Amino acid sequence: MSTEGADDGRVPAGAHQAPAHTVPPPRALPGSGDNRRHVLVAIVLNKPGVLNRVASLMRARNFNIDSLAVSHTDQPDISRMTITLHGDDVAVEQAAKQLYRLIDVLKVQDVTSEPTIEHELALVKLRATDSNRGEILRLVELSKGRVVDVAPDAVVVEVTGSEAEVDTFASLVRPYGIKELVRTGAVVMARGSQSIEESSGRWRRGAPARASERDTQDIVEGGNPLEAGNR
Amino acid sequence: MSGMFGQGRDHRLTTTERTGAPAPDPATTRHSHVPGDGSAGAAAVERARREMLNDARPRRRTRIGADVLCEALLRQGVDVFFSYPGGVILPLYDVLGDYPELRHVLVRHEQGGAHAADGYARVTGRVGVCMGTSGPGATNLVTGIGTALLDSVPMVAITGNVPSALLGKDAFQEIDINGITLPMTKHNYLLRDADDLPRVVAEAFHIARTGRPGPVHIDITKDALQQETQVEHPTPEEVVAGLPGFRPNLDGHPRQLKLAAAEIARAKRPMILAGHGVLHAEAWDELRELAEKVQIPVAHTLLGIGAIDETHPLSYGYMGMHGWKHVNRAIQSADLLLAIGMRFDDRVTGNVRTYAPYARIVHVDIDPAEIGKNVAVEVPIVGDAKRVLKALTPLVSAVEPAARREYLDQLAEWRRESEGSSWHGSGAWRDGLLSADFVVQRIGELSGHAGTYVADVGQNQMWLARYTGFREPNQHVSSGGLGTMGFSVPAAMGAALGRPDRETWAITGDGGFQMTFQELMTLVQDRIPVKIAVFDNKKLGMIRQWQEIIYAGNYHSATLLGPDYLKLAEAFGIPAWKATTPGEVDDTIRAAQAVDGPALIWFEIAEGQNVFPMMPAGKGLSDLIEKWDGPDE
Repeated sequence: MSTEGADDGRVPAGAHQAPAHTVPPPRALPGSGDNRRHVLVAIVLNKPGVLNRVASLMRARNFNIDSLAVSHTDQPDISRMTITLHGDDVAVEQAAKQLYRLIDVLKVQDVTSEPTIEHELALVKLRATDSNRGEILRLVELSKGRVVDVAPDAVVVEVTGSEAEVDTFASLVRPYGIKELVRTGAVVMARGSQSIEESSGRWRRGAPARASERDTQDIVEGGNPLEAGNR
Repeated sequence: MSGMFGQGRDHRLTTTERTGAPAPDPATTRHSHVPGDGSAGAAAVERARREMLNDARPRRRTRIGADVLCEALLRQGVDVFFSYPGGVILPLYDVLGDYPELRHVLVRHEQGGAHAADGYARVTGRVGVCMGTSGPGATNLVTGIGTALLDSVPMVAITGNVPSALLGKDAFQEIDINGITLPMTKHNYLLRDADDLPRVVAEAFHIARTGRPGPVHIDITKDALQQETQVEHPTPEEVVAGLPGFRPNLDGHPRQLKLAAAEIARAKRPMILAGHGVLHAEAWDELRELAEKVQIPVAHTLLGIGAIDETHPLSYGYMGMHGWKHVNRAIQSADLLLAIGMRFDDRVTGNVRTYAPYARIVHVDIDPAEIGKNVAVEVPIVGDAKRVLKALTPLVSAVEPAARREYLDQLAEWRRESEGSSWHGSGAWRDGLLSADFVVQRIGELSGHAGTYVADVGQNQMWLARYTGFREPNQHVSSGGLGTMGFSVPAAMGAALGRPDRETWAITGDGGFQMTFQELMTLVQDRIPVKIAVFDNKKLGMIRQWQEIIYAGNYHSATLLGPDYLKLAEAFGIPAWKATTPGEVDDTIRAAQAVDGPALIWFEIAEGQNVFPMMPAGKGLSDLIEKWDGPDE
């Protein structure tokens, strides 16, 4: 049986009376697609336990968080989370919709395919000797890093950039010996004048969160091309 | 005190000791074992420990947190709640006598209280309330809260907790119940300040009943219950304004409604799938109007029973794993599924790859996360079932029954075939054996199909769903999602209090009955007129059925001894009868009905009876087993 009929919205004539030997095409399962890295931004109320709620939900729904960065925003009652995770588009959309169900979550946006600035900060403590310190400093300079502490046999370097840039720096300096490394996880912001926080409807305190209502609906109703007709 | 401990030893350091003055004589040194002694925190902990044991309410008292809780419950329209006292919730019990309008039902186990609140909520559409103390009281509520979550039942569960200064100190009966209920509630609260009580209780009720309903848990520390407060109760507007992240969509998107109307106009073999959401939204009239206008037959899920009168010409029946064969056949051949307030659970779809292969799907649900979760759909609509149906019906043009003649005739033919076949019931009663399907059918008929019928879990649940005959909404109460054995007796207790105008039946297997029958005493003490039908086949019937069909007859732990249920009922002071043959069924049912109060009937049913048809796990709706004579047949 061909699927052409289903594509233009019509049911193949007599489909239900199809001869016994023709097997209907299998119904697509939600979530078929390739795994890739996604970045979600969540605007949440700064209430006790909200981080626990988000983490617990992701665990219970079987999503694996790669990194999670959280801090309050310019408004003390609002926090912002940047969550990176791997999954196919439909699974991550399901994660976003589940996050929306949390009472303390105002807005969730998948910014993976949008123009954004994505940065994380890493501190790297490297072994350094008098003979190779100069080399290391040159690499740091090339990577737009900064030496923040110097000891007789070590330097602490701060680098910022995308996850890939930090990865690259780490692999560049690994031969010298990384004593320890810590990264903040990515934070992300949309390029241009568009503001994720503003569209959460809580930019002006007391303003109703109308925007997030509409967005919840749009996520489901045609916001994602995969949602409609992905047979 | 004398002897080895020394005289009058005081567990506190002297000021000199703390300031590092010259050490005094070791023989007379006094040691403090209070961590961080002298700090404000340590003093609060000590005070809380002392107060845990001695703090009766003053006779001439002011308004305290416990009063505010009672006021808030009354403001929410609560008339009854199910609870069990304990150490840290005693401040509430200390004031309950001042609020006679709040009926307190003392259950025998907190799980029973949670199920009772659940049953009350399901038959009334209002929020059910249960309470318990900290620690074991709270953990005992957990199964009931989970049951309510999986079936989207509006419930507020309240627990006491240790005084806030002792939180995290592993005090007596302290457990992190807030952490336990976090992933299994719609929302939960930990309250340490009586001034937050009015807002939190109002928010909890609003969240529990708004949008997709669900359980909300409030954990209140003992000191908050005892704290004096003058705080006012919020208005409904203030409650909504305080929850900026909670604004469920109620109205379907107009664009999506148009698409749905176009799908309906195009469909030749459409089928409506009605779920629990229709009942939550009280959308049964709107559902019937749409179905009649476009002449689309309505199938229902387990929890969607009652969304349409089963005698309505367009009611087609119960779908899914143990659903009717004609219903599943119609779904497999449909070209459009209009799913309303249901979530394509695995017991409904079976293998999704082979589910309804010719159908396009319009999915209406109030929870955006349900759409596209289990099956991919063509037209998603987020909204309240009642509002969506109200908006959708005017968009579709009426269809004359004649225009669907061929389709409806075929469905009717399939139905005759399926209902008339040998597995419409086991037919065992004709051979003089007592079969459960026959008993269920007689209970339905003798109660005029007008009662509340509360199922337990397993075979009895399926027989009840298939053979009782439901006419009205919210007559059927069943633990669908979590499948909680032991649900029926306590849930029937709540259902009987919620709808005292209806005869309430708890229909349970011998396995589930033995899990929670301690609530029989609650029925007696509170004079709650629940009729209990125990189907005793000396087996865990559904386990035995699976072991017979799926596990090659390897019956391990399927046989279950039970007590003499007549003596058991007698011990509780409940009139009871026993039926072992089909001829005794009507008389025992009538006798139980005549009792003013709880009554029990012990039906000794055939041991080897199976529920058919059955969709084996992992198979599709087209792979129903209709009978079983062994694997070699």
